[in-house]
Amino acid sequence: MGLALLVVIWLITFVSTYFFIAKTWWLPHGASTSAAFIDGQFTLTFILMGIVFVAAQLALGYLVWKFRDRPEAAPVEYSHGNTRLEVIWTTLTAILFIGLNLMGSRVWANERFAPASPGAVQVEVTGMQFAWYFRYPGPDGKYGPTSAKLMDASAGSEAAIGLDTGDPSAKDDVVAGVMYVPVGRQVDLTLRAVDVIHSFFVPSFRFKQDAVPGLAIHMHFTPTEIGDYEMACAELCGLGHYKMHGMVKVVSQQDFDSWLAAREAEKQ
Amino acid sequence: MATTAPVHVHAAPQGFIRRYVFSLDHKVIGIQYYFLALAAVFVGMFLSLLMRIHLVWPTAQIPLFGEIKPETYLTLLTMHGTIMVFFVLTTAPQSGFGNYFLPIQIGAPDMAFPVLNMLSFWTTFVAFVVMIAAFFVAGGAPLHGWTGYAPLSAVPNSGPGEALGADLWIVSIAIFCIASLMGALNFITTVLDLRAKGMTMMRMPLTVWAWFITAILGLLAFGVLLSAGILLLMDRNLGTSFFVPGGLNFTGQLTVTPGGLSPSTTNFTHHGGSPLLWQHLFWFFGHPEVYIAILPGMGVASQLLSTFSRKPIFGYKAMVYAIMAIGILGFVVWGHHMFMSGMSPYSAFAFSIMTMCIGVPSAIKTFNWLGTLWHGRIRLQTPMLFAIGFVSLFVSGGLSGPFLAQPVLDIPLHDTYFVVGHFHLIMGVAAIFGIFAGTYYWFPKMFGRMMNERLGQIHFLITLLGTYAIFMPMHYLGLAGQTRRYSQFTEVAYQTKLVPLQTFMTYAALITIAAQFLFLINLFWSMRKGAKASDNPWESTTLEWSTATPPPHDNFGGQTPVVSHGPYEYSVPGAPRDFIMQTDPATTATH
Repeated sequence: MGLALLVVIWLITFVSTYFFIAKTWWLPHGASTSAAFIDGQFTLTFILMGIVFVAAQLALGYLVWKFRDRPEAAPVEYSHGNTRLEVIWTTLTAILFIGLNLMGSRVWANERFAPASPGAVQVEVTGMQFAWYFRYPGPDGKYGPTSAKLMDASAGSEAAIGLDTGDPSAKDDVVAGVMYVPVGRQVDLTLRAVDVIHSFFVPSFRFKQDAVPGLAIHMHFTPTEIGDYEMACAELCGLGHYKMHGMVKVVSQQDFDSWLAAREAEKQ
Repeated sequence: MATTAPVHVHAAPQGFIRRYVFSLDHKVIGIQYYFLALAAVFVGMFLSLLMRIHLVWPTAQIPLFGEIKPETYLTLLTMHGTIMVFFVLTTAPQSGFGNYFLPIQIGAPDMAFPVLNMLSFWTTFVAFVVMIAAFFVAGGAPLHGWTGYAPLSAVPNSGPGEALGADLWIVSIAIFCIASLMGALNFITTVLDLRAKGMTMMRMPLTVWAWFITAILGLLAFGVLLSAGILLLMDRNLGTSFFVPGGLNFTGQLTVTPGGLSPSTTNFTHHGGSPLLWQHLFWFFGHPEVYIAILPGMGVASQLLSTFSRKPIFGYKAMVYAIMAIGILGFVVWGHHMFMSGMSPYSAFAFSIMTMCIGVPSAIKTFNWLGTLWHGRIRLQTPMLFAIGFVSLFVSGGLSGPFLAQPVLDIPLHDTYFVVGHFHLIMGVAAIFGIFAGTYYWFPKMFGRMMNERLGQIHFLITLLGTYAIFMPMHYLGLAGQTRRYSQFTEVAYQTKLVPLQTFMTYAALITIAAQFLFLINLFWSMRKGAKASDNPWESTTLEWSTATPPPHDNFGGQTPVVSHGPYEYSVPGAPRDFIMQTDPATTATH
């Protein structure tokens, strides 16, 4: 049984590690300015934890085989432990874990503590069972008021988020079912939800943020590559949760301008 | 202070009802808890089987069930999580084994409050019945997940199952909280007041330490969940607004809660509640809860690694301090469940540092377990196999923690399968391995017979390989961005590509679940036909092995045990045999 245990534990260790190292399944290609930071921190954490994982499992498999009970086994070493060893591994673990944490914190602070830059593209994201709507404030730079009483999900678009179309600041608001953003420019998001909690998750941007009823949450990110990026709702929101996906189209500034202008024109 | 005088001497009851149903004997109550958890784990496992089948064959016709709809899938995952966390992982390791063995291991004739003990079991039983009843009411069981995030859980028209089913879910959890509070009080009092002569705190087995600290966690955590549950019930039924802000719109209806105190005063409109408040309250309970699930398993693993290595536990004091540190830090890390919730990004710093700190005592425990094996003489009997499996799973599940504990890495990983893999390995399967280890180890004492070794080994090997085959791929899926709680992966293109791995996991689950019937067969067959067990078949040292098998009604047959040694005195130089029991006379110098 000792050998069987060694083989099984080592096999589990090698197979599990292989698929991580081979990157058979891995983070999708990163397409935002924070992706490189996050992936770097991820890789560092992965290497350190990977070494501990392999070392601990191999040691476990080896020890149970090496010191298994058998007639010729060496006598047991009577010992209640070793205080110096305890101090050494406690200190090392504390340095490793807390050090890793502090390194990652810098990126978190860059991302979350500073507000969006003044020139950022304004987009309001509204989550509802089970759709996403994206609103652009238009030339006046102001979002028009919305009201729950005006919401009509079946009508979609402006009516779905309850836009008060009578208000002057709402006249130039554009509401779309697909999110368009220009490449290389910061996007200043305002996240809202009208019924339950949803979560705006774009794996390629390494971006995730819950949209919470009653809160308007500000977040920002900068896409770096033109392309179509899938987004998925990442917070359980009801029976259609699995269907609540969307698309972020990152386009050139020129294409973005003409797309927005065409939407404005449709409104007039 | 430890006392030797029994607080209550009650004669063994004679009638069947008083002996086996409404028994005051902690041993009978322990077995009642164990079998309640056993029934619950098979229900929970069956629900997970249905989920795994639905994920890869969504149109499959299940006998008696038909085709599983997306909302039914969410019901399954809600009830799977709730039943497993409360009625299995909290019930078996703490209330089951703890009730049976805590008093014996400290040399007490019973729990401090036997009537309260009986009440806490039957209250738990009622909670389980109410929980199962949610399946059978109009609309069925709720779909809001075991975490019950508001407003999904707080507004009856947010989805199917969110009407009466959700009310029953909350009521069941509230009843469970009351039961757990009664149990926790009893455990704490018993440890503090009923230890036998010579059983100092630092001579208690690590199982007792684990149950003791777990009881303290339970006392502090379940009260908060109870309050949160009552507030949620009020939001749903009385028109209060603790968790529901104003101005919400559910498919054309404003948040209006029908019903209320009387039919004429309908139309309460919510105003001013906070969905994040629920998350804070829930996780203030929820994070200690994961330690409530795993600490008793750590205690069992320590006890068994020492016993079967024939060596004292490496660093007993460090193990005790590590349990305490985990218990304390467990109360200041709840915010790491909320990095993406809209909570202040500054507070994420604090929660994140604290979470990394809790990795330190966990690592100490792992090092000490490996140190215990080092230069031991390891007997690889079934209980030990599961203890070794526990260590392996604890390491694997633990090391994904430092990823999730860093807010910046939590961004891509939060609410993906990476999290599901992490917590299933560490608080799900590792804890279950602790229960298995405890079962194979204590079965002879509880039922007077041995379990079958060969069946036990096969059960162990399939379960260890199977659980890794199910839960390790979840980490890969999470990296690739597969979101959890999706009933199908047909709608999002990048997720559809991951379905082959899901199919592999479903096959692994089918095999692993099948292997659990080997355990069930072994359990019931051995009760009647297993080889007769001696009083101390594993040559262990703790007090339960110095009394008869099964123990008499008052545990020690009118004797009052006197303790002269620490709990893990194996292979002491100069001793006549390779273990010194805690009750052996103090002729050899030990700790």
